[in-house]
Amino acid sequence: MTRITDILGLEALREEILKHRSKDRTILRTCISTGCKAQKSLKVVEALKAAIKEQGLEEKVEIKKTGCHGFCEMGPIMVIEPENIFYRKVKPRDVEEILSTLNGSGGVVERLLWKDPVTKELTTYERELPLYKKQDKNVTYRSGKIDPADIEDYIASGGYSALAKALNSMKPSEVMDAVIASGLRGRGGGGFSTGVKWRICSSAPGDIKYIIANGDEGDPGAFMDRSLMEGDPHSIVEGMVITAYAIGASQGFIYVREEYPIAIEHLSLAIIKAEEYGLLGQDIMGTGFNFKVQINKGAGAFVCGEETSLMISIEGRSGTPRSRPPYPAIEGLWGKPTIINNVETLGNVPIIISKGDDAYAALGTDGSKGTKVFSLVGKVQNTGLIEVEMGTTRREIIFGIGGGIRNGKHFKAVQTGGASGGCMPIAKVDMPVDYDSLREAGAIMGSGGMIVMDETSCMVDVARYFIDFLMFESCGKCVPCREGLKQMHHIFENICEGHGEEGDIETLTGLARFMSTTSLCGLGSTAPNPVLSTIRHFRHEYESHIYDRKCRAGVCKNLFDYLIDSELCNGCGLCRVKCPEKAVAGEKKKPHIIDNSKCIKCGICFNSCKFEAILVK
Amino acid sequence: MKIQIIIDGHMVQVDRETSVLHAARKAGIVIPTLCYHEALKPYGACRLCMVEVVQNKQRRLVTSCNFPVETGVEVFTDTDKVRQVRRNIVKLLLARCPEVPMIQTMARRMGIETSGFKKKELKNCILCGLCVRFCEEVVGAAAIGLSNRGTEREVTTPFKASSNACIGCGSCTYICPAGCIEMVEDTKTPGMRKMNIGSLSLKICPNDYKCEDCDIEQQFIEETKNIITQFRDKFSNSAD
Repeated sequence: MTRITDILGLEALREEILKHRSKDRTILRTCISTGCKAQKSLKVVEALKAAIKEQGLEEKVEIKKTGCHGFCEMGPIMVIEPENIFYRKVKPRDVEEILSTLNGSGGVVERLLWKDPVTKELTTYERELPLYKKQDKNVTYRSGKIDPADIEDYIASGGYSALAKALNSMKPSEVMDAVIASGLRGRGGGGFSTGVKWRICSSAPGDIKYIIANGDEGDPGAFMDRSLMEGDPHSIVEGMVITAYAIGASQGFIYVREEYPIAIEHLSLAIIKAEEYGLLGQDIMGTGFNFKVQINKGAGAFVCGEETSLMISIEGRSGTPRSRPPYPAIEGLWGKPTIINNVETLGNVPIIISKGDDAYAALGTDGSKGTKVFSLVGKVQNTGLIEVEMGTTRREIIFGIGGGIRNGKHFKAVQTGGASGGCMPIAKVDMPVDYDSLREAGAIMGSGGMIVMDETSCMVDVARYFIDFLMFESCGKCVPCREGLKQMHHIFENICEGHGEEGDIETLTGLARFMSTTSLCGLGSTAPNPVLSTIRHFRHEYESHIYDRKCRAGVCKNLFDYLIDSELCNGCGLCRVKCPEKAVAGEKKKPHIIDNSKCIKCGICFNSCKFEAILVK
Repeated sequence: MKIQIIIDGHMVQVDRETSVLHAARKAGIVIPTLCYHEALKPYGACRLCMVEVVQNKQRRLVTSCNFPVETGVEVFTDTDKVRQVRRNIVKLLLARCPEVPMIQTMARRMGIETSGFKKKELKNCILCGLCVRFCEEVVGAAAIGLSNRGTEREVTTPFKASSNACIGCGSCTYICPAGCIEMVEDTKTPGMRKMNIGSLSLKICPNDYKCEDCDIEQQFIEETKNIITQFRDKFSNSAD
């Protein structure tokens, strides 16, 4: 290990690292991030290690434990360099076969390749996967390619050169100018200009300034920040050091949820290693600039993602927001000027510095520059972590990258922006994804969750789910949010159980408008978004719940019955066998009948029928 | 430095950093409040004191208790929007605490007969946090706090256990606008006060509120003296 003592030392170290790397080695990039780890990727790594040792391939083959590749549902994922052959769902028993293809014969293990669910075509190489092909990887570029626990891997791939450039050839104000000129806006949801925020903080009076990296990601279905922290922790550390240099801070905090143990482990290691190499801590790269970073573990309160509650939580009190002004950039942590940026925003900073603000601003739309990471989940063919240029349409994301809706069903809505986001119907899928168009349509960028729903989702139930989530996660400080969400929850419960009344939609709309203008913090003021957007775009579903007492999607159990279509049913008897309540009756090869007095609407028959003969009425 | 702002058409001259609420009160304009108290830092939780401000040609709702006055700000305290916000707040609180006299009076004054909401509770505490903040900021005992979150939020002692930090001063009883905290000895747990907002185990005054010959009082004065002396010593040392 060498401590870097001057700016040129970094380049020298990089050359040294690259020189020692043998070029003709085969590298097995295996994901050990949360998604793949849950599918036992560590067992695969162990089996690989044992097999390599047994076959004496240590010189030729190297295992690299990487962060998220993005295609999490296909985990455990393994990519074989240099050809970048993509294997999915790798099991320990596949290891021998994979190794046998590495002896120069050039074969591939076909059954581990990705198969298109529609065309049944096999894809061999990583770059040819539809999920990856149309992406624009920028911030997540290194995730899945480098070993997040190895600082040398990060340095070898060009890491910390942005920091060297900033420290060597830029004044703090020039760094801020570059970030302002790049048009970078906060990736945590608010969308405020990052550079302008830095400028406000740097000119705020006070010697002590703080930087907080906000990694408190809590939205249902969102895992962008987690993947970045797990897969490329050094980019966040580097972004923080550059930020600190720009605004003149000497202490930074990374606020991560306790529920992200791998992220915490990788970040902690990144901090220790960066300090050892002289890239963090005292006298960074011999320039005399000092900056320390510590990790604060959040206890899992959703509201602590809100900046003022996050600061209060770091101060050691229970996380409840406070009114702004004063804004954190002027009066933040312990009353000192503080910059809070989302980890993804910080991950963008080194890219801006090394590529230049012009190059960065060339990507994106007029108001939203660069790329954005989304977690694409729900009823699409390919789910996972994606990064696209700002201004890409939802159609491209869902039908291009996502490959369309699963099981031949139809698209109904896409929910963006996490719990406080909005649901958009098919009519809005051609709209570009950027801060301003989303706000106009009644949704928010949020942190970047994207949940796709098909016709089996009931939009009233979706709104109810998010209101329940927010009611549970509201801190309860201000009246509109605490009492308003409680009332909304009650109204939704009534509607979904079939006790909806005339005037409920109006009460919900009134409450929602009131909450959005009067709540104390962002949680309360955006909480009504799921309600307002579903009422705006799917009002007919509310009406059929309230007036016809029907849930056409077959979700709200009191509001529909299952019915067997006698023409489609061929009497295979599968539903009769599977029904736990013995509510299905019928003779073999003759249409069956469901006894609705016995039916508990578990949906087993509906999901198991191969002829789609079971209907929701 | 004094600055001028316009509140409901009246020109008011106030110090910088003053809140809009203060400025309005100075001009004799009444803004209703629930969680605000002169002795405490503004909290901004009840949202009853919301007013409309016009700043840089933008009109928005802010809480007057913690919004600082600035030059060029015009304040409106009695617009339709403001009245509607107040009505909604009181309605929501009436649904939560229909039997609290203060909320009932407020509702009556605004002409509200029923909350109009279906979900009704019978709680007494409006969660304004006055008792908690008074105990911490003024008394310095911090014997009670707000625990849980969202709809489960409540005022209680740490871990709901009998509090050793409570000095039995009775400030919480005095300041509570809803009359939740009574100074009555609990028959079930002698020596402890009876509370009607649930299980708050606070002490009663061991000295029957004779503050002039109270040990705690003397102790408090001694401690304050110590702190001041220490501070002075430190200051004179560092000056050398």
